[in-house]
Amino acid sequence: MITEEIKKRMIAIIGPENYDDSKVGRLCYSYDATPDLQALPDAVVSPRNTEEVSELVKICNEHKIPIVPRGTGTNLCGGTCPTEGGIVFLFKHMNQILELDLDNLTMTVQPGVITLDVIKKAEANGLFYPPDPGSMKSSTIGGNISENSGGLRGLKYGVTRDYVMGLEIVMANGDIIRTGGKLAKDVAGYDLTRLYVGAEGTLGIITEAILKLVPIPETKKTILALYEDLEAAARTVSKIIANKIIPATLEFLDQPTIAAVEDYVKIGLPTEAKAVLLIEQDGSPEQVEKDMAKIADICKSEQAVSVQMAKTVEEAEALTTARRTALSAIARIKPTTILEDATVPRSEIARMVKAINEIAEKYNLPICTFGHSGDGNLHPTVPTDARNKEEMERVEQAFEEIFIKAIELGGTITGEHGVGVVKAPYLELKLGAAGIEAMKAIKNGLDPNNIMNPGKVFAKDSRKRVVVGQ
Amino acid sequence: MTTVQEQQTIQNVFQDRMDQDELLNCMRCGFCLPSCPTYITSGYKESHSPRGRIALMKAVVDGLIEPDEDFEQSLNQCLGCRACEPVCPSGVNYGHLLEEARDIINQNKKHSLPVRTVRKAVFEGLFPHQNRMRTLTGLLGFYQRSGLQKVARSTGVMKLFPESLTTMERVLPKVPTMKEMKNRPEFLPAVAPKTNRVAFFTGCLMDTMFLETNNATMKLLQLAGCEIVIPQDQNCCGALHGHSGEKDGSKALAKKNIKAFEDLNVDYIITNAGGCGAFLVDYDHLLKDDPEWKDRAKAFKDKIKDITQILYEVDFHKKVKLQLPYQIVTYQDSCHLRNVMKTSAAPRALLQAIGGIDYTEMKDADRCCGSAGIYNIIESEMSMQILDYKMEQTKATHASTVVTANPGCLLQMKLGIEREELSEKMRAVHIVDLLMEAVQE
Repeated sequence: MITEEIKKRMIAIIGPENYDDSKVGRLCYSYDATPDLQALPDAVVSPRNTEEVSELVKICNEHKIPIVPRGTGTNLCGGTCPTEGGIVFLFKHMNQILELDLDNLTMTVQPGVITLDVIKKAEANGLFYPPDPGSMKSSTIGGNISENSGGLRGLKYGVTRDYVMGLEIVMANGDIIRTGGKLAKDVAGYDLTRLYVGAEGTLGIITEAILKLVPIPETKKTILALYEDLEAAARTVSKIIANKIIPATLEFLDQPTIAAVEDYVKIGLPTEAKAVLLIEQDGSPEQVEKDMAKIADICKSEQAVSVQMAKTVEEAEALTTARRTALSAIARIKPTTILEDATVPRSEIARMVKAINEIAEKYNLPICTFGHSGDGNLHPTVPTDARNKEEMERVEQAFEEIFIKAIELGGTITGEHGVGVVKAPYLELKLGAAGIEAMKAIKNGLDPNNIMNPGKVFAKDSRKRVVVGQ
Repeated sequence: MTTVQEQQTIQNVFQDRMDQDELLNCMRCGFCLPSCPTYITSGYKESHSPRGRIALMKAVVDGLIEPDEDFEQSLNQCLGCRACEPVCPSGVNYGHLLEEARDIINQNKKHSLPVRTVRKAVFEGLFPHQNRMRTLTGLLGFYQRSGLQKVARSTGVMKLFPESLTTMERVLPKVPTMKEMKNRPEFLPAVAPKTNRVAFFTGCLMDTMFLETNNATMKLLQLAGCEIVIPQDQNCCGALHGHSGEKDGSKALAKKNIKAFEDLNVDYIITNAGGCGAFLVDYDHLLKDDPEWKDRAKAFKDKIKDITQILYEVDFHKKVKLQLPYQIVTYQDSCHLRNVMKTSAAPRALLQAIGGIDYTEMKDADRCCGSAGIYNIIESEMSMQILDYKMEQTKATHASTVVTANPGCLLQMKLGIEREELSEKMRAVHIVDLLMEAVQE
């Protein structure tokens, strides 16, 4: 509950234009991209700088008001859905690129900067910021850091975590700390930077970040390989890696996914193929040439029915863009789309794909699978309808089995989307009871009043998607 | 103000009429956010984004919120540019949702007496009657030619009106005389080897205030080998009604137009206003629940084509020599032409075919200019902010000629040029007028 008194104090800090508790204002921050999940916050605030964030947090801590930091709400785990009410923090004013340091190859940013703007700014200076989550055109860097977002280039270049060198954080008690720095080597104490990347806003609020940039690869080539057999495609993935080639991108799409994507982008994708691999390599022209020739050979040796190299940059771009739309294109099939990101060691890809198909059959569900096969990160996706309770029940069961299978194969319940609300009930599968306890100890130590994004990561009880009223 | 009673009624009708599948189809991925001019201009307010507006409509249906003033404000501030549709991976027909929501609000809300009077006069008394459109334009002509305009400006009486209106008054084109507006052709032969038989949708504003542009359009069609039929019983397309929550009015106009064009034995129906064209291609949706008209609307819709598209398809720019004195030319997309009619390559190809000029693409040419029908008058503040950004991008091209493909955009760009005091150095023209200027006969 936010009393008039608390409201007044907050408005004194940020001004009336940055405090919104209207019905419309609250409704608009009651959701993110997670299907079938909605809950109204009590108010929405837009602080203008770190000090204001700190002042607001102090008030929330004093009165035990939940805080939900939110970028543009594109995450898929319910991470920014205010399931316990409280106050949503927006970073629309804190959206500046503060510095581009060409000597240290770093970029210092505020959390509200759009991911694509970071990438563009780097590229305009001959540099490269590799993490490229599917929503990069609209997502913010603050959200990416809090969710430790991945993307298509994860296999070769890693994920957001690998590009965060330092952070400014507002702690749950309002203290402002700085971690890391423009340093390749820094072992001064615990690595809090890494702890906060992917903490989903449950340990504090990120108000500034130093990002690592790398030199931009000279050139890039793209191959599209078609298969009549799903597992042959999966085997190709393992074989490419076993041959000591790390492609920049190694994406996998199954037939239902290809059909959905083609229906949307209409660039002539082969909808008759059972599986498609989209493979990109970047680097020096000689190396790219050499790798691509070898990759093409491997594809053919694994019975690819067609192996095509994109002839122009535009053609390559069209293929990558098509892959980027996969999730959303599937969303056209049915009103509700449930997508998960079970991840296994890449050597287990073929087995995982096979298991997903068997589970789909068992529960009589149309599962489309696509994903970053090179890093073992798959996206089994079910187009469904939240209004069909019986089918939703089967979807839940199917995913539970998929998670269990992933763990069995040495994998994890989530590769890049985060735990949030929707995967919290499965976290114990991955961590065990002791693992959960260790994490809870950190949470309790840093946020004793449990105000930072409460209800996320740690499950209360069983996993149920619910639409919360008010 | 909307009373509590009215809110209750609106909520009930929302539950009844809003397309719930379409609402649910929005997966809230947020891909639309960067494409929305009002989201950006409002300083990234979710309530001013397509995702936010859909969530709000759904919340009203679900009974989570009441359709209060803030809710209406959020919908009112939408330009209806539909830039969110091409980028929507789920293919949500946002424009249809918006029109339905606006219609429900408007039909169930009692407007104040002056607003009611004006709406009635405009939507029922004026636009559906082409003769009255001519009379009004005639009056404007009288105003411009009689010296009254000079008097109005010199006495400062114009200062009594809002800023966007007074500037608008300055940028209105010199309108044709009553005689010119009345003597319109019904048939024109092709003057080059025949390519197509087409009908010309003249449009209510285009055939009065922008008569010259219509004349140029027909000339270009003739030069492109088109034989043209111009049915005299056609009407305003109804877009203004549709976008303003007067769906019944737009349906009546749609039926009249379908009837006027259906037995002409033509290949295409040509428009030269993106705003009209986009509404015409939506006739099948507008009349989807009317069994008598549904199929006829579909047949009509399938023939709609923008003037730039047909010129491009028949290789007009390769067959006719186009040449102009040196100037930098840039193009501002008509949102509806681009996002709904999917025509954006053709106008650019035509412009690039003009010899002697330098075509420079402006940044964010696909972002709305803020005209949006009568939005620039009703939501003047937001419209002017959007226009300011547009003018920044226009100036960055150093263009002396800004080309548009819709009368609303044309007036808005003229307004922008006037506001920036650039009228000495920069002009805004409709694409067909520039092409006509470039034709070397």
